[in-house]
Amino acid sequence: MSTPRMYRIEPDALNELIQSLRQQHYTVIGPTPRGAAIVLDEITSTSQLPIGKTDEQAPAQYRLKERGDDAMFAFSAGPHSWKRYLFPPVLKLFSSRKNGEGFQISEELPSSDHEEKYALLGVRACDLSAIQIQDKVFGGGTYQDPAYVRVRNQAFIIAVNCTRAGGTCFCSSVRTGPRARVGFDLAMSEVLDSEHYFIVEVGTDRGENVISTVTSRAAEDGEVEKAEHLIRAAAQSTGRSLEPDNTREILYQNSDHPRWDTVAARCLSCANCTMVCPTCFCATVEDTTDLAGTSADRIRKWDSCFTLDFSYIHGGSVRPSSKARYRHWITHKLASWVDQFGTIGCVGCGRCITWCPVGIDITEEFRVIRETYLMKRGTNPNKE
Amino acid sequence: MVPRPYIVKRIRKDTVDTFTLELGPKDGRSHFSFAPGQFNMIYIYGVGEVPISICGEPSNSTLVHTTRAVGSVTKAMSKLRRGDIVGIRGPFGTSWPVEQARTRDVVVVAGGIGLPPLRPALYHLLAHRDAYGKVVLLYGTRTPDDILFKEELENWRARFDLEVFVTVDRGTPGWRGNVGVVTTLITKAGFDPTNTIAMIVGPEVMMRFTALELMKRGVKAEAIYVSMERNMKCGIGLCGHCQFGPLFTCKDGPVFRYDQIKDLLVKWEI
Repeated sequence: MSTPRMYRIEPDALNELIQSLRQQHYTVIGPTPRGAAIVLDEITSTSQLPIGKTDEQAPAQYRLKERGDDAMFAFSAGPHSWKRYLFPPVLKLFSSRKNGEGFQISEELPSSDHEEKYALLGVRACDLSAIQIQDKVFGGGTYQDPAYVRVRNQAFIIAVNCTRAGGTCFCSSVRTGPRARVGFDLAMSEVLDSEHYFIVEVGTDRGENVISTVTSRAAEDGEVEKAEHLIRAAAQSTGRSLEPDNTREILYQNSDHPRWDTVAARCLSCANCTMVCPTCFCATVEDTTDLAGTSADRIRKWDSCFTLDFSYIHGGSVRPSSKARYRHWITHKLASWVDQFGTIGCVGCGRCITWCPVGIDITEEFRVIRETYLMKRGTNPNKE
Repeated sequence: MVPRPYIVKRIRKDTVDTFTLELGPKDGRSHFSFAPGQFNMIYIYGVGEVPISICGEPSNSTLVHTTRAVGSVTKAMSKLRRGDIVGIRGPFGTSWPVEQARTRDVVVVAGGIGLPPLRPALYHLLAHRDAYGKVVLLYGTRTPDDILFKEELENWRARFDLEVFVTVDRGTPGWRGNVGVVTTLITKAGFDPTNTIAMIVGPEVMMRFTALELMKRGVKAEAIYVSMERNMKCGIGLCGHCQFGPLFTCKDGPVFRYDQIKDLLVKWEI
């Protein structure tokens, strides 16, 4: 596409967009306040969006606040990520039934297309990158995850550019945001000053078809520029950063760094970071039977490298210490991920920092290791 | 991926804690084709699935697995009877370098339950015996009672074109063979270190010291291959469990060239 197609829509038209997608048999998933957090769930109207709400995030801290205005997307990444729809936390892989001497296995296939045809509304740039990373994990290798590929191919993505940096965000440093660049059908920027409107950028023909069903007009340059300015300001106000270059050398050369002891003394091995991470892809399987043993299911569930069982082989776990498990997680995320998938596995969403019960900060842990690396190479990190 | 049904044709107890399953496809169709060193995910109805190396002859129509009953799945597996059904997914993973080894001496070193994953490679070497130089099997177990495939080992020992050395960690009354770790056998074996391919399976520490001993004798790290073991749930590089540094043991391994992993082997809890 040579020049991006830009439209302006009013807040009411967003509702038309949701209805239009629903008419096309999409299940629209979007942010919605629940309890004390903004989570992702099915939405049927804009009234379910977190209107006038924002969040305050810091290590081990998440608080919802009222803004006293009509903003619909004035918050940052919440505890849920979109992977729960593309890579569900619990998925039945197959059922088998006892018959005579043996058993008959039947693969679990979706009962209707409708259930799995998602329109994801409000995907932030960091999460868009996370989806592209999981595309490589589940769909880019010799073996693919058919369930992921099936749901992913049908998904309609409406990105929302961030016009506000969250308390634990660091997308600009890892070059994933705050602006959505590729991989969306539509991308919106919310502008709320003297007037309230959305700039909608069309990413695909599919996106063009959908936006053509709602009330819109071509955006004026000034309107587009206002949105771009807000996005730039968000990038500049990001409080954290993680330098994404040379992560492999830095971590591979420091597998015996004393910092692993320091972080292990705080880490509870609770697995929260891996559950909220939008790229973490590990899963386990559970085989269960009914009481009579006449049928048996295999269920796939999200798993975490922070559990002892994760690496268990006869004789014990490969990583019995939480020190080794934390090192494994961050080394995988920032270093071995590059070997495996050609990119780091961190998109700077900050969820692992917010939802760590003791507030371990991946940017801080990596910074300490990186400084040692630079020092050993004779580079003063402060003068870099 | 869904397991395919295989019928238990025979189950044999090898030692006090190991057993061999002979399997054939339930639908009676195709020959199970695999390369020596590859593994299958074996599913026991309602219990679970485990990765087990393939242990039989590559050209044979029967699928053979020899394993130790240690966990819930392998224990359930050890209680199977003729006619029972198991699920098979596979074959997965990398294989032994039987092609690269052509014209060269081949040293096969097995520790304990490490012999079964090497057996298909030995079958291949013997089936194409003229293509290789000397072929040596060094095998160590804990006690004489733990020696697997005794009859076969005795037959192999009777051959002039295969050298077989066996040692045990602890002898028992009546044992007249070698006592000591498997690395002590390396000096007994005659092979040309500059023109040798080594294949090793055993506990990690055994594989590391065997590789070091071989290198001390002049075998290059690039000529040494080992087979790794990790927790596996999927077998196809998706579940994340088998990561060994940047490597997925299931699809980048289980057979690795030693120089590819030697730095990882010495890292704690990697």
